[in-house]
Amino acid sequence: MLSSLHLRSILLPCILSLTAGAALGQSATSIFSPAASPAQWEYGLSMLVLSVTLVIFLVVGGLLLYAVIRFRQRPEDSEREPPQIYGSEQIELSWTVIPILIVVMLFLSTTRVILETEAAAKPASALDVTVIGHQFWWEFRYPKYGVVTANELHVPMSDPARPTPTYLAMSSADVSHSFWVPRLAGKMDVIPNRLNTMWIDPWAPGLYLGQCAQYCGTQHAKMLLRVYAQSPADFAAWIKQQQQPADQDLSNNSAAAEGRTVFMHSACINCHTITGTPATGRFGPDLTHLASRDTIASGPVQNTAENLRKWIDNPDSMKPGVLMPSMHLNDHDLDVITAYLTTLH
Amino acid sequence: MANSTPVMEAIDQTIESKRRPPSDVITEWVSTVDHKKIGIMYIVYALIFLLIAGVEAIIMRIQLAVPNNDFVSPQVFNRMFTMHGTTMVFFVGIPVLFGYGNYLVPLMIGARDMAFPRLNAFGFWISAFGGLLLYFSFFGGDGLYGAGSAPDVGWFAYAPLTAKVFSPGNNTDYWTLGVLLSGIGTTATALNTVTTVISMRCRGMTMGRLPLFTWLMLITSSMIFVVVSPLTAAQIMLILDRYLGSHFFDTQAGGSAVLWMHFFWIFGHPEVYVLVLPAFGFVNEIIPVFSRKAAFGYPAMVAASAGIGFVSLSVWAHHMFTVGLGPAGNTFFVFSTMVISVPTGIKIFNWLGTLWGGKIIFTVPMLFCIAFLFQFLVAGLTGIMLAAAPFDWQLGNSYFVVAHFHYVLVGAIVFGLFAAFYYWYPKITGRMMSETLGKWHFWLFVIGFHLCFDFMHIPGLLGMPRRIYTYEASRGWETLNLIVSVGAIFQGVAVLILVYNLVRSYYRGEKAGRDPWDAWTLEWAVPSPPPVYNFAIDPSVNSRRPLWDLKHPEEPDSDYE
Repeated sequence: MLSSLHLRSILLPCILSLTAGAALGQSATSIFSPAASPAQWEYGLSMLVLSVTLVIFLVVGGLLLYAVIRFRQRPEDSEREPPQIYGSEQIELSWTVIPILIVVMLFLSTTRVILETEAAAKPASALDVTVIGHQFWWEFRYPKYGVVTANELHVPMSDPARPTPTYLAMSSADVSHSFWVPRLAGKMDVIPNRLNTMWIDPWAPGLYLGQCAQYCGTQHAKMLLRVYAQSPADFAAWIKQQQQPADQDLSNNSAAAEGRTVFMHSACINCHTITGTPATGRFGPDLTHLASRDTIASGPVQNTAENLRKWIDNPDSMKPGVLMPSMHLNDHDLDVITAYLTTLH
Repeated sequence: MANSTPVMEAIDQTIESKRRPPSDVITEWVSTVDHKKIGIMYIVYALIFLLIAGVEAIIMRIQLAVPNNDFVSPQVFNRMFTMHGTTMVFFVGIPVLFGYGNYLVPLMIGARDMAFPRLNAFGFWISAFGGLLLYFSFFGGDGLYGAGSAPDVGWFAYAPLTAKVFSPGNNTDYWTLGVLLSGIGTTATALNTVTTVISMRCRGMTMGRLPLFTWLMLITSSMIFVVVSPLTAAQIMLILDRYLGSHFFDTQAGGSAVLWMHFFWIFGHPEVYVLVLPAFGFVNEIIPVFSRKAAFGYPAMVAASAGIGFVSLSVWAHHMFTVGLGPAGNTFFVFSTMVISVPTGIKIFNWLGTLWGGKIIFTVPMLFCIAFLFQFLVAGLTGIMLAAAPFDWQLGNSYFVVAHFHYVLVGAIVFGLFAAFYYWYPKITGRMMSETLGKWHFWLFVIGFHLCFDFMHIPGLLGMPRRIYTYEASRGWETLNLIVSVGAIFQGVAVLILVYNLVRSYYRGEKAGRDPWDAWTLEWAVPSPPPVYNFAIDPSVNSRRPLWDLKHPEEPDSDYE
């Protein structure tokens, strides 16, 4: 029975690492598959720290295991107490000095990565994006391009020859949040009355998932985050498209035109902006190019007409605790507003 | 009495009736100032809260067992993790450790009571009232329906989520006042413990001969003065913000969210050591007895513990690596945090030194101590990972952190505590606990613990943040979460076995006698349970192991000091 305790203390880390290894390949948010420099450097440091701590675990754990097995009381033992040892200065000094050396080594490696990341020079080619955290969604503003979007951040990929990192200047409109896309970088808190910055330089195009990592109230769980890294050409095209007015001439689409009227005459416009219309609210996500996004409700729901209608009808049923109220619209109004919103490409 | 007047007789009778011992059990316990009774009350009260907080944990784990679950609503989940954390830290951890401190310290140093018996009773009752107030929140507001208005701001209660505008109603006030009261009680008991150890030691009990548990209670209690005061100050500032219009943490009016973090973690991080040092104390007492060896390197043990207590005061901002402290701030707190692993390492090696060359007897308390050693080793190593700030930028606020600190709080502290239950139960009640049930408890708990907290590290590495009530199935977290939940249920069952064992052994346990473990410290010199006055004559000691000297006059410890 005792040996199974020892067996477990050996076996468990092995099972753990095997399971972890298997799981790592499948997760879109694994910190062990970095796709940008900060995440890469953090990964490098984590490998160093993991190897050092693994060695310490094996050595100290092994000694403990040996002591427990070797020095257990056996039936054939004499009644006498074992010889008493009250201490040994040399031994105690050695297990003080060696840990100090290990600590100094780890400290220096850590400091280097901190400086590399936090004190990196900002190239002139960097893209600036303002990130604003809200309960429970993200606002992204591109000051240079006059583009505002929500929940889905588009950034250009950065190749080493011509680096175009994205610098995120972050603050919060209400409570504290935390911006975390594990494959791109570690998290950075998004705090009211405080401007934090971080940068990312995705190497490969694609979708990188993340989510808010600071408890921010009832719906913290569904404050998801999507980063689309695009080739410079695709990114330029996306910016161009976002700069176009989305509110089109709707004279040949009567349902959408009616939906626009209903929208503009309801309380929706107090919270939402649609550029070029009377809707200029800032409390909720900017809807100017809503139909160009893949998801609604800050990530958990696919952006389809059906989901959008359900969402407008009763947001709380899809995301309990969301701050968007149900507008108590009738079926007809729901249909036409949905028709209008799906035209906002 | 022959020539006394009726008036004087009446006075005598009144005095007599006042002197009469309390007749019923409740009055006896409510009015007691005996350190042993207060210690027992602390322990029982903590056990009750342990069961409640355990139920809250199980509710959370059922909710997270499968993705997109709707077993509880998001708000109920948020209340569960807030109450679980607050309860475990303030109404289980501190009371149970102080309960043992209260019970054991006077016995171990050969005193008849604590220095301030009434302050002791005050400390207990005000803490207990804090716990009741916190849980009364379930009946406040909208009542039990929807879990009442229990706090849902997290045990860390970060500003500005606690500001009136983001947290209307009374739930945050229940949290603030409940914790504030428990802090007052804790400070009173800490003051009492320090005074007792400094001034109530028996003849020959020099500081260099204090039992290690007493040393650790002394260090812990001294830390409490320094760390509970900022928390109390912050609680009062929060109350001022919420009711009197001040703006310390009210960011809508220009207050600072980061200020709250500093205040909170100046308390919150040393608090981990406040909890773990007494657990070290248990292990320091139990491992030598069941290895049949004197503690290896006593002076180094004491110095390392004091060092941990001291350095722990300068590590709080490692909870804030992602706040944007900048490279200088981050580097300082990386260093101070990593440095703490040196004295911690010394303690582990000294325990190893104590085991080395011993005759290890695997009683239930010793089994818990051995599991403690391995688990504490892992907890320390994941702590080093989190201390490396850039690694922490990834791991912070993820499930990896939840796994890490449960390794400390459960793998080390609760295991130390379980060892203490089995080890001192015979002293407290006069009866042994069942070893068979104890082994069931141990194995179920160890298996549950490892299923739960080993696997919990991985979702963190896979990007799962903590404090989320649900998650999508597509992230690769679901199997791991199911395993974790199964492990949690194992641990719940094991604790029920412990409770059954505690109750059953009280009535049917084998009689223990004075010294069932053949131990060495003074508490084993008095009958079990000890009489109210502890020692019929004041003891006097010559070494760190007074009972060893009595049993082995041919080779007394005093020769080696």
